Amino acid sequence: MKEFTYVITDTEGIHARPAGELVKKAKEFTSSVTVIKEEKKADAKKLFGLMGLGVKQGMEITVQVEGEDEEAAAAALEAFLKENL
Amino acid sequence: MELYRGKSVFGGIAIGRLHIYSKKDLQVKRERVEDAETEVARFHAAREKAIEQLAGLYEKSLTAVGEANAAIFEIHQMMLQDDDYIESTENIIRTQQVNAEYAVAATSDNFANMFAAMDDDYMKGRAADVRDISERVLLILSGQEAGGIVTDEPVIIVADDLAPSETVQMDKSKVLSFVTVHGSTNSHTAILARTMGIPALIGTPIPLDASLDGRLAVVDGDTGQFYVEPDEQTLAKMQQKYDEMQTKKELLQTLKGKESVTLDGRKIMLYANIGNYKDLSLVLENDAEGIGLFRSEFLYLESSTYPTEEEQLKIYRAVAETMAGKRVIIRTLDIGADKQADYFELPKEENPAMGCRAIRICLTRPEIFKTQLRALFRASAFGKIAIMYPMITSLAEIARIKQIVEEVKAELTEAGVPFGTPEQGIMIETPAAVMISDKLAKEVDFFSIGTNDLTQYTLAIDRQNDQLDEFYDSHHQAVLRMIEMTVQNAHKENIWCGICGELGADASLSKLFLAMGVDELSMSPGSLLFIRKIVRETNVGEEGEAVKAQFL
Repeated sequence: MKEFTYVITDTEGIHARPAGELVKKAKEFTSSVTVIKEEKKADAKKLFGLMGLGVKQGMEITVQVEGEDEEAAAAALEAFLKENL
Repeated sequence: MELYRGKSVFGGIAIGRLHIYSKKDLQVKRERVEDAETEVARFHAAREKAIEQLAGLYEKSLTAVGEANAAIFEIHQMMLQDDDYIESTENIIRTQQVNAEYAVAATSDNFANMFAAMDDDYMKGRAADVRDISERVLLILSGQEAGGIVTDEPVIIVADDLAPSETVQMDKSKVLSFVTVHGSTNSHTAILARTMGIPALIGTPIPLDASLDGRLAVVDGDTGQFYVEPDEQTLAKMQQKYDEMQTKKELLQTLKGKESVTLDGRKIMLYANIGNYKDLSLVLENDAEGIGLFRSEFLYLESSTYPTEEEQLKIYRAVAETMAGKRVIIRTLDIGADKQADYFELPKEENPAMGCRAIRICLTRPEIFKTQLRALFRASAFGKIAIMYPMITSLAEIARIKQIVEEVKAELTEAGVPFGTPEQGIMIETPAAVMISDKLAKEVDFFSIGTNDLTQYTLAIDRQNDQLDEFYDSHHQAVLRMIEMTVQNAHKENIWCGICGELGADASLSKLFLAMGVDELSMSPGSLLFIRKIVRETNVGEEGEAVKAQFL
């Protein structure tokens, strides 16, 4: 399993549009992707769950990737977060 | 006449007939079915058709309301493709053996409630999106089509709330204004009204009964008032206000792209004050020649911790690049007094207006100041940035600022990080700074007079105290003379001097400022073209002395 943390810098937090883009990105890989905020977890391939975390600017999220392509998936997702959120 | 009050999301006047917009009533009944798989298939067929419709709406709104407003239909498509939404609906159909309509409605309620319960206004607003997409699916399942409004003449749309798919399907030339019972300032109705530039009210407690349909009404987006069947007097007054605004609007549009120069050839720079980089569209729309006051506080106030150098750099750079070579004056952190951020943990003060605020915080906590300065110096490699220090009272403060600036530059040089050479100026907003402005002018590149604080400190009147209104005189000679003195001292040292407080937009003083030789006026973007008009109608040579005699 690969794991990394990221602090959201976007002033609006994980709002609808980037959440949708993140789901798309996560779906490109077969590995399971879990986003964790404090005690709450969400499947990064599901939009409502992800938005339901209510991640705001300044909050730290942990991303766990597990599966065959976890190496590539973790790198791609980390790059996506840096670029967009 | 009936009068209601709502919350205005965009100013202006609209006069016209009311059109009550009510959603088609979709009665969803729970029905037991034998063949759940048929219902699952119906659900998917309707869902796919809905996605297809949304793709069409996205294309349509791209041209009608722009990419930013169209994005919502892309999000709606994503929501309909979401595994959570699909699984929940399928699950209800299969486990409860019920019809697709019921399962969609139940799923919609569940997710809408989840969003509505979140402690974030933005996310709360998404509940409406969930209901919107579900209603679309339900309409398709029922064999109906989503509809817009059908009217011959332009109308004032009155509704409980409006979903984005409803507003975008409306023929924009037929909409004078929106008035809704619910909705938030971030709702799509509000955003759309601002994009269209039409008055709109939300949170207006109107009884939505069909008898309102077709009645004459007036929306005053400036005061939030909504008149149904106004009496003659009100109607005449509102008609006059409407006419005046139309004339002004048309006139001001003709001033775009024109120089801000007097009849006898004196130029003045007309800049915009902004409090957030989101205001940039207004800056460009109103043809500002630069940004005279960019309040950097929002970065600190909207954050739950100290904004990092990179975060700040991103914003400053974006503003500098957007303004493409025009001057962008960024005021360093002016927090304290009436602007508080919890994480600064500022001690409670007896007299915060005269307490630890602005440059005083920066000098007592140089690490915060340095982060901002590093971001500013780095950003100035990407555009014409000027840095402005607030609340200056002494030469010693300037000396300390310079010392810190030198440290920052040395650190950046050592780290090999590229940076520019921004102009550095100060705000003149204390009587102390005015009195020593001759000396201060030797030390900095420009002055900008903050008339709000200068007036408060000069007249010893607390701005926040409305009991003192009768003693407060924004045209007090003491303040106006201080402005004149500051301008003269700036010019003696060949630096420029502007005004960025509320007086900058005070049309009754524009001629006086021209006569004093003020080099720049900075104001909220909406006032710019009006002041440009006055400038272009002034002859300083002929009017200057008389205006000075009148005020000073």
